[in-house]
Amino acid sequence: MNLTLHIWRQKDRNDTGKMTIYKLEDVSPDMSFLEMLDVLNEKLEVEGEEPVAFDHDCREGICGTCSLMINGKAHGPRASTTTCQLHMREFKDGDEIFIEPWRAEAFPIVRDLVVDRSAFDKVIQAGGYISVNTGNAQDANCIPISKEQADIAMDAAACIGCGACVAQCKNSSAMLFVAAKVSQFANLPQGQAERYARAKNMVAVMDDQHFGSCTNQYECEAACPKDISADFIAQLNRDFMKAGLTK
Amino acid sequence: MFSFLCSSLGKKYLMALTGLGLIGFVIAHLIGNLQVFAGPEAINSYAQTLKDLGPLLWVARGGLIVLFVTHLTLALQLNRTNQMARPIAYAKADTIKATLTSRTMVLSGLLILLYVIYHLLHFTIHIIDPSYTALLDAQGRHDVYQMIIAGFSHPVITTTYLLAMFVLAAHLHHGASSVFQTLGLNNGKYRPITSLIGPALAFLVFVGYGSIPVGVMLGWIN
Repeated sequence: MNLTLHIWRQKDRNDTGKMTIYKLEDVSPDMSFLEMLDVLNEKLEVEGEEPVAFDHDCREGICGTCSLMINGKAHGPRASTTTCQLHMREFKDGDEIFIEPWRAEAFPIVRDLVVDRSAFDKVIQAGGYISVNTGNAQDANCIPISKEQADIAMDAAACIGCGACVAQCKNSSAMLFVAAKVSQFANLPQGQAERYARAKNMVAVMDDQHFGSCTNQYECEAACPKDISADFIAQLNRDFMKAGLTK
Repeated sequence: MFSFLCSSLGKKYLMALTGLGLIGFVIAHLIGNLQVFAGPEAINSYAQTLKDLGPLLWVARGGLIVLFVTHLTLALQLNRTNQMARPIAYAKADTIKATLTSRTMVLSGLLILLYVIYHLLHFTIHIIDPSYTALLDAQGRHDVYQMIIAGFSHPVITTTYLLAMFVLAAHLHHGASSVFQTLGLNNGKYRPITSLIGPALAFLVFVGYGSIPVGVMLGWIN
């Protein structure tokens, strides 16, 4: 299949950048989206042009490194799928495809399609962990946790921190990410000791990082490649309220 | 506590609570107004009862103004933060499931502000048509019944009111369901139910308020 690609090109953080059009021919429908970009980059290198920079790592849909806004949708048109797991069979011959970086003040563009997501790391550093004293690990089954409760925590913990929620959100809000990181501990006994301080501190850093605020449109959960539910945002709203009113 | 309320979530709680208060007013006002269908005696004596509250009426009005101004100010503040959070727009943007009403909350909100000003000038302060003040019924009370008929005898005014109610319904379509999410009252079980509350309230408000000008137009109220 033959494609017309509109790709955001930007030399570095200070460059203004612009959309550039590339024609790519003989694309196999069996290629993954990133393999299609690999082919484009090989072509660009042969032609003496700079290849398009984009983030990728595992290409198995589990690391959270790949990104890309594809035709206005984070990780492209297929639900519950990362860009690396998206295949060209989702597109048609002759399609025009717009490929842009995550757009958010909190995610400055490093180059082309690569953005700096360290704002997420700062949020995690504010409480996305459980403090434990070092020593022997205790027996795995000495704290009883129901299967249902463990499943809820695991659903939240499925977040790979890719940033699709921020990219898709009309307000560049990081609420789904923060909610998932708060809820994965709030739903387990081990997370209770720091539960409310965690919610309070992580939201404070989230606000500092210039993310927008949630308007309950649920674009985030629709774009999330790991199907994190916006119900966790309601849980974060609950926990943060309790933290603010009682602590 | 102050820093709690100034956080993005704190502001959103206040948005939800003030919105909830305003929804309460919209419903109470609707129930009051629908008495017009019970005839002149019902609506005129209801209006007189409200007036007889005296200072209490001003306390209630003051409360409503505080709710309205807080809701509006926070909405504009949050909206500004949200716009600054994405300084460069996508060349090709798309929407997966955000409703049209959820994406036009600022617009519908500002239109409601304009409407409320017009509505007060029209039916409360009588600046649009000063002759309303002189309308008295047999007991010497302000004749709200005749004022409603006079007010909705103009097709332009009737259309404006119907459009305004459509905009109000659109605002509530997203807002009334949104309250539950913001206040943390949703979970997997409740969200399918709370997400219906906005559309249901929007329908009731549009049909309920719309029935009054339509009632005048069709001669049900005469």
